[in-house]
Amino acid sequence: MAENCKPASLATLPENPRRTFLKQSSLLAALAFTPAAFINAGGGGEEIATTLEKMPLQVEINGVAHQLQLDSRVTLLDLLREELDLTGTKKGCDHGQCGACTVHINGVRVNSCLTLALTTEGKKVTTIEGLADGNKLHPMQDAFIKFDGFQCGYCTPGQIMSAVACVREGHAETPDQIREYMSGNICRCGAYSNIVDAIVAAKQGGHTI
Amino acid sequence: MNPFQYTRPATQKTALAEIGKGNSAFLAGGTNLLDLMKAGVASPEKLVDINNLPMAGVEKTLTGLRIGALAKNSTVADHELIRKNQPLLSLAFQAGASPQLRNMATVGGNMMQRTRCGYFYDTTMPCNKRQPGTGCAAIGGYNRMHAIFGTSDKCIAVHPSDMCVALVALDAIVVVAGSKGERKIPFGDFHRLPGDIPEKDNTLQKGELIIAVDIPDNNLGQHVHYLKIRDRTSYAFALVSVAAALQLDGNTIKEVRLAMGGVAHKPWRLAEAEKFLKGKTAAEANFKQAATLAMKGAKSFGENDFKLTMAPNAIVEALSRAAG
Repeated sequence: MAENCKPASLATLPENPRRTFLKQSSLLAALAFTPAAFINAGGGGEEIATTLEKMPLQVEINGVAHQLQLDSRVTLLDLLREELDLTGTKKGCDHGQCGACTVHINGVRVNSCLTLALTTEGKKVTTIEGLADGNKLHPMQDAFIKFDGFQCGYCTPGQIMSAVACVREGHAETPDQIREYMSGNICRCGAYSNIVDAIVAAKQGGHTI
Repeated sequence: MNPFQYTRPATQKTALAEIGKGNSAFLAGGTNLLDLMKAGVASPEKLVDINNLPMAGVEKTLTGLRIGALAKNSTVADHELIRKNQPLLSLAFQAGASPQLRNMATVGGNMMQRTRCGYFYDTTMPCNKRQPGTGCAAIGGYNRMHAIFGTSDKCIAVHPSDMCVALVALDAIVVVAGSKGERKIPFGDFHRLPGDIPEKDNTLQKGELIIAVDIPDNNLGQHVHYLKIRDRTSYAFALVSVAAALQLDGNTIKEVRLAMGGVAHKPWRLAEAEKFLKGKTAAEANFKQAATLAMKGAKSFGENDFKLTMAPNAIVEALSRAAG
């Protein structure tokens, strides 16, 4: 992604020491409530960005270790999509209500939109891009294709990440249980029945999920 | 989202020292706090991330079970000790949020979550809880989800938790730490009614940290039910929920606990109904009388009028299923 395509490229801002931040924090608080036009009129738009404190983050994503400097406000979802070009994870509601942003942290499924990136320090994140074994799709991905578990496809990465966790947790024993434990993933196209079929098939397919 | 400083203390002492300064907030699971920050409802200048503190366990004590404040909702729901000894709590957890959110949300954070009243989230609307003195848009507005007990002319919001409904029924005790040491708060006294200060959800003092929840031993492991009535089968906040636990001797009720969710600013314990049922037979006629007693003082606000019928029916249904 080209630099000029990053509208909120908070991870790449110049570094600033903590002392400076503390000195400026009250100014920041005031500026935060100031209309944007006023800030621009003062020519301070850039300066606001440079006064944000950046924090170090070490995190492993899909087997790759990353050392980053991040604005504290960056969510894991925005880190993945905006900074690391891992756009498979989708931003649906951005409020933890739709499940499109579901990823695994240390093997546990979570909503990446409600996860501050800094809280993943030292952890292992798996996204939809990390599920396949090279060119060989994960059995759950195969099952979603075979059973037509999607229409527009926007919720699908989240559905698949959730489905894999659902099986691994032992919460995919019956179709009813699958429906309950997949309830955090909304599909506006209404592919639900095919999603359940795909999960049942993947679980019974003889492959390790 | 406003800029904020982020710290990750390793000890409780450091966490308490960090929180004392200025407009700061503890960060646990973050599922509600981060959402509120995105909406501009909460704007702490500093987040104290407490996830490195060692308080995420579930353990047996001399008098019951202790659940660490950082235990995830999913961990507690599936924990062997909870499923065996306090199945009502397990059921309440399973009825709340989604699997992903339960993997993130903690016990302490669940208690601290704010109301989901739409006007509280909408910063263009009046809301006494968000901005004291601006008025309550829910009174006379869209109030289908709102309270029927313990309301005030300042606020008719409900506390959204399922976990808290079970915990208040189980006589849980909240253990909090502050700069002056630890103190214990009976669960029923933790959350408060809105009164004239709806901005205050609970009795936690500034700078205090929830460290654990204790559940005293009981004999309520056999006959329990958590009934949650909502707009869809799963993953929705309660219109009305009922936590019911019975200890039966034959068909006689030796001990009973009842609490409701979705009806008040706090998890709503039904003490009078419990008192009536104790010693009676577990029969529908008695459940109905108990429900009538429980509804004394209920008041609706238009769109939530249906709760005046739904709530007593839910009490009877929950008791019947618990006894069955």
